[in-house]
Amino acid sequence: MSAETVIERLREVLPDAGVSLRKNPGPSGQHSLLVDAECLMDVCRFLRDTLAFDLLSNVTGVDWPDAAKADAVAVPAEGEGTASAGGFLEVLYHLYSTSRREGPLVLRARTVDRERKNQIPSVVSVYRSAEFQEREIFDLYGVEFTGHPDLRRILMWDEFEDHPMRKDYVAPDDYEYEPTPHDAVLEKAKAHYPAAP
Amino acid sequence: MISDPSMFSSSPTLEPGADDDQLLRISLGPQHPSTHGVFRMNVVLDGETVVSLKPVFGYLHRNHEKIAENATYLSSMPYTDRLDYICPLSNNWAYAHAVEKLAGIEVPERAEFMRVITSELTRLINHTAFMGFILGDMGAWGSALMYAFREREKILDLFEDLTGARMMANFMRFGGCRNDLPAGWAAKVGVLIDGYGPFLDEMEELLVGNEILLARTQDVGALPKEVLINGGITGPMLRAAGVNYDIRKVEPYGIYERFDFRIPLGEKGDCYDRIMIRFLEMRESLKILRQAIDQLPEGDYIHPKAKIRNFKPPVGEAYARIEGPKGELGFYLISDGTTNPYRYRVRPPSFINLTLLEDMCLGLDLADVVIILGSIDIVLGEVDR
Repeated sequence: MSAETVIERLREVLPDAGVSLRKNPGPSGQHSLLVDAECLMDVCRFLRDTLAFDLLSNVTGVDWPDAAKADAVAVPAEGEGTASAGGFLEVLYHLYSTSRREGPLVLRARTVDRERKNQIPSVVSVYRSAEFQEREIFDLYGVEFTGHPDLRRILMWDEFEDHPMRKDYVAPDDYEYEPTPHDAVLEKAKAHYPAAP
Repeated sequence: MISDPSMFSSSPTLEPGADDDQLLRISLGPQHPSTHGVFRMNVVLDGETVVSLKPVFGYLHRNHEKIAENATYLSSMPYTDRLDYICPLSNNWAYAHAVEKLAGIEVPERAEFMRVITSELTRLINHTAFMGFILGDMGAWGSALMYAFREREKILDLFEDLTGARMMANFMRFGGCRNDLPAGWAAKVGVLIDGYGPFLDEMEELLVGNEILLARTQDVGALPKEVLINGGITGPMLRAAGVNYDIRKVEPYGIYERFDFRIPLGEKGDCYDRIMIRFLEMRESLKILRQAIDQLPEGDYIHPKAKIRNFKPPVGEAYARIEGPKGELGFYLISDGTTNPYRYRVRPPSFINLTLLEDMCLGLDLADVVIILGSIDIVLGEVDR
């Protein structure tokens, strides 16, 4: 069942759901469905219960500080709106059907922005496999999954503050790994050594 | 089925205090021989019974995905060896497969055969080592592991001949493999697989009738198959519960549709089935290997136009997956047309297979936790990435 067929079915059953087709310009030909965050749960329930997409294999995040770049990778169809001007975070879902042996069906959901309005409903109550993967996206990207039963950091330690997978993440100024500092590392290291007397 | 979060097996955090004087909280791991690496579980026990079990991850986290975003496509290839370090060659294939899908690259026939042969040998290594580890978890230290590692060593010798490294192979390239088979290598594989059947017979005889193994594994850790699918469990774990889902058959990648082999299925999905399913899978792998060695064609081991330097896939995204020895190993890539991936994601089977660990363990004894964890077959290089 192609993404085009699924979107037709979705529009029949959930006419109010904001779902649009995004074309993949690359040779893989894996087109995706962009789903409005507020109707994500309804869409997932329909896909699981009616269309038998029972295996949510992969959930992952992407950081798009530049919205135009997101439109280049997932191209909106004619007449569909393009992404908002500011950046956003995106969550991708790869669904398979074990009974019909089909897939992947790619869903994408986007947050409003990268800072405050970073919520997306958690699909854990529909697909349990998202439990750890959503925690990982929360940890590394800072997407807040509303309704997740146990939203904590999973790979980084609890006291860690930033989200390392974001494109604008600045790694700590750590020069000591270099046994013999040189060039750029040496420049950086100067800040840490007292000036010679 | 699972319809709302309140139905979850245990509350996210078990509040201390209030009427739990009888409960014992223990931290199992990270330096425990049965956790298969640096993995920790916060377990709450009522007597011997598990009331809550929360896995703790991240001891081996190095943000592999971020490193890959800052490197070219090819320079992530050696890093994939370090994900599931028991099975570097199937990791290589999964990554090469995803990049080939992303960029639309053809793979010559001989290279496809080489990939099948190396991956199936890797599956043998993984499942053989698994037999040793699981028996270790049951307290049979030594003999099973030594038998397993003796055979593993023979395959590692073959890998060393082929790739120069016993484990960190770095062998696949986008559009083929790094080098051709050395002279006589295929014949050596033939000799190995001739001897492997008798070894499996011996190992099965050693293990299967063993009273301790039966007592410790039968009816332990089984879950209904709908729950397993919903929990994203893949690989031998899922097939042990009787779900006929093997990516080599469902979505044949490479040249798997050419080979005649079957997908063994379990019945109950308990730890015993999970052990047996791996024995049966090894026998099927031997069948595939025999056919692949016999049919191995001459030709290129890499596509003559495969681009090694300044490789830039067209703008787009791709998700590709293979049937790794531990389950569905997938790679998701986004290309923005430059030399580095914009997004690089590993879908690690052993991490996602741990999702239902708590559900499998609740109500059982602490000693069963060790067996269940062993039967999931995790590698921490892949779990923590």
